[in-house]
Amino acid sequence: MALDITRLSIRHRGGAALFDPLTLHVAPGTIATVMGPSGIGKSTLLDAIGGHLAPDFALAGEVWLNGKDICRLRPEDRHIGLIFQDALLFPHLSVADNLAFGLPQYLRGRTARRAAVAAALEKAGLAGLGDRDPATLSGGQKARAALMRTLLSEPAALLLDEPFSKLDDDLRTEIRRFTFDHIRARDIPALLVTHDRGDAESAGGTVVGLGQGNPA
Amino acid sequence: MGAPLYEIRRQGRGLRATVLLAVAGGMVLPIVAGLGQTLKAAFGLFPALGHDRLSVGPWRMLFELPGFWTSLRLSVVTGLGSTLIALILAIAVAATVQGRIPARRGARLLAPYLAAPHAAMAIGFAFLLAPSGWIARALALPLGWARPPDLVTVNDPHGLILILGLVVKEMPFLLLVTLSALSQVDARRLRAVGAALGYAPGMAWIKIVLPLVWPLIRLPVYVVLAYGLSTVDMAIILGPSNPPTLAVAVARWYGDPDPAMFLPASAGAILQGAVVIAAIAALWLGERVVARLALSWLRRGGRGHGAGPVLGLLTGTAMLLLMAGAAAMVSLVLWSFAWRWPFPALWPESWSLRAWFAPGSGLGRALANTLLIALVATALSLTLAVAWLEGEDRAGLGRAGWAEGLIYLPLLVPQIGFLYGLHVVFLSTGAMTGLAAVIWAQGLFVFPYVMIALSDPWRALDPRLIRAAEALGAGPWRRLFAVKLPVLLQPLLTAAAVGVAVSVAQYLPTLFLGAGRVPTLTTEAVTLSSGSDRRVTGAYATLQAVLPFACYTLAFLVPALLYRNRRDLSGAQ
Repeated sequence: MALDITRLSIRHRGGAALFDPLTLHVAPGTIATVMGPSGIGKSTLLDAIGGHLAPDFALAGEVWLNGKDICRLRPEDRHIGLIFQDALLFPHLSVADNLAFGLPQYLRGRTARRAAVAAALEKAGLAGLGDRDPATLSGGQKARAALMRTLLSEPAALLLDEPFSKLDDDLRTEIRRFTFDHIRARDIPALLVTHDRGDAESAGGTVVGLGQGNPA
Repeated sequence: MGAPLYEIRRQGRGLRATVLLAVAGGMVLPIVAGLGQTLKAAFGLFPALGHDRLSVGPWRMLFELPGFWTSLRLSVVTGLGSTLIALILAIAVAATVQGRIPARRGARLLAPYLAAPHAAMAIGFAFLLAPSGWIARALALPLGWARPPDLVTVNDPHGLILILGLVVKEMPFLLLVTLSALSQVDARRLRAVGAALGYAPGMAWIKIVLPLVWPLIRLPVYVVLAYGLSTVDMAIILGPSNPPTLAVAVARWYGDPDPAMFLPASAGAILQGAVVIAAIAALWLGERVVARLALSWLRRGGRGHGAGPVLGLLTGTAMLLLMAGAAAMVSLVLWSFAWRWPFPALWPESWSLRAWFAPGSGLGRALANTLLIALVATALSLTLAVAWLEGEDRAGLGRAGWAEGLIYLPLLVPQIGFLYGLHVVFLSTGAMTGLAAVIWAQGLFVFPYVMIALSDPWRALDPRLIRAAEALGAGPWRRLFAVKLPVLLQPLLTAAAVGVAVSVAQYLPTLFLGAGRVPTLTTEAVTLSSGSDRRVTGAYATLQAVLPFACYTLAFLVPALLYRNRRDLSGAQ
């Protein structure tokens, strides 16, 4: 259960590579951190791994997840969860329905699905808020709901795109611990993109810098 | 090396192929076939009547038809004149109000003018300006008139009232387009920069903001010009009647009992198309000239502190016209419920519902036809628009210039240039008749507007929301139906309301493709407008105007109700 990136590089069609080829091994239950100057393509790197890359990019290298090359898979078939700066809860669904959106198909029956959602809400300290409009949650509640929604979809790996940068300091520490604890408990590999040294230290895994012009 | 290279595959090929096929077969083909048929007839080829030799005879006939040259002149003057006046007024108003009225509120104020069908607005305008209309009544007391003045106002031989009516209808549209373009060019800050350099606010707007806004409103201006040059319903109601504008004349020749008139009518229809192309070309050239001249004007650096009064005068005129438009709509409703309303009285003396419930008036049937056509044409158009936009999303492609042009095509080609030809094609191939043909023909004009209304909100949807759905394992169809469409409910309903409004307003497609046998509120209102009972005409025109209003209201209410517990979507932020 590991995420392996081998000599991954991305370039605009007909343009130069965004960054030097990246090779990275992320063991299950660990959080690797990617840092680098803004605009170098950290988010694009996550897009590539998650399968959301726009067609005007070309991708070279390999991404292996649990012993499978996933580069040709569609994003919805990759089982890679995604956490953004904003919670991006679906605005038309209740909090509970947001969580249910990601529940796998094999979990059958209304009762079982509702129970799974209720348990996740409970774990996130959101018990009783299932019927709420996501727009009415606080920042921290939204962040926890978003993580729970992703975890319920049983991802095999997690990508975190500056997930804590919009939170104020107290909340940041709390949500960070919440997120990292869950990743370790699930024993899945995670890749974090951030500007913040504190995030990287707290993640405690490999830290790589994206750069340009240093042939690897 | 050795690292494999992955191409990011464009998805949704099947969807895009289907959309392309539907647009090519359903939109482009009919227009081309109709134009082709008209073109053949214009050059003497019409085998059904035994004309099978190429000739310029139809053109010679056309040029010799009584009133032809006057008709041509009238079309050019009313079309170009109304567009230029509407454009100047819209720009003056935008320069004056920008920054003082929030764009949202401006849009809400203008919405009724856009929703009102052309014919309804024109009929109301005729009621207002007629010698026995509201304006004459208001003047009667101070001037001591006991009976309506002996003046020709509506249907004046020079088309002045038609120009005025077109300006009232089109200026709000151009204003709205301008205001929405402003939000894309950061006009507020640009104007602040101008003010810091000592420019009066209006002048700063015209010298700095307008050049940036113009490319964004150019296409809508062309659409307004094409409409003004080739409108039939408004010209029948407000324009000169003998000779009428070219488009009305051509429509009359097509309806002539003598089948031989079909040939010069087709030549006239082609000429109508040429007039539109020439006028757009002239506007384009004028744009270059103005740009050249304006540059030296700009370099002179006038701060425009003396321009305030001119701008004020133009804005005042525009406001007056907007008020006249509102009064026109009110007078429609009043007349439909009025019973006794003798001349100098400003208000009816007695009321009645007779115009609404007169047995055998056909109002019910016209309403049913109008609703059926509007709903089906809108549903088809909306489906195609969603399929098109979803296809772009899946391919990760922006819209190519040719595709954007394709959407605007039916709005730029004059209706009369291809609709009768299309009718002939449908008749001779037996492809479609009656209601189905009318729905098809209206769809040609409903689709572009639905597409235009939906495109911006569709693209404004946060792409990360879709990625979140992807990452949660949702495939393309689930993303569409469970995320995109529900989140976009309000813009979807607004686009549908636009579609209904466009459909309800259609006159020529209904008249030609329905062969006069599919009465709708619009065709009946236009027919009645020439001298029938004002009460009955008022009832038809009121109903014609009410339908779009009702749809816009629904488009606002349904999301507010459905999403009353969803703050980000209820539209009540």
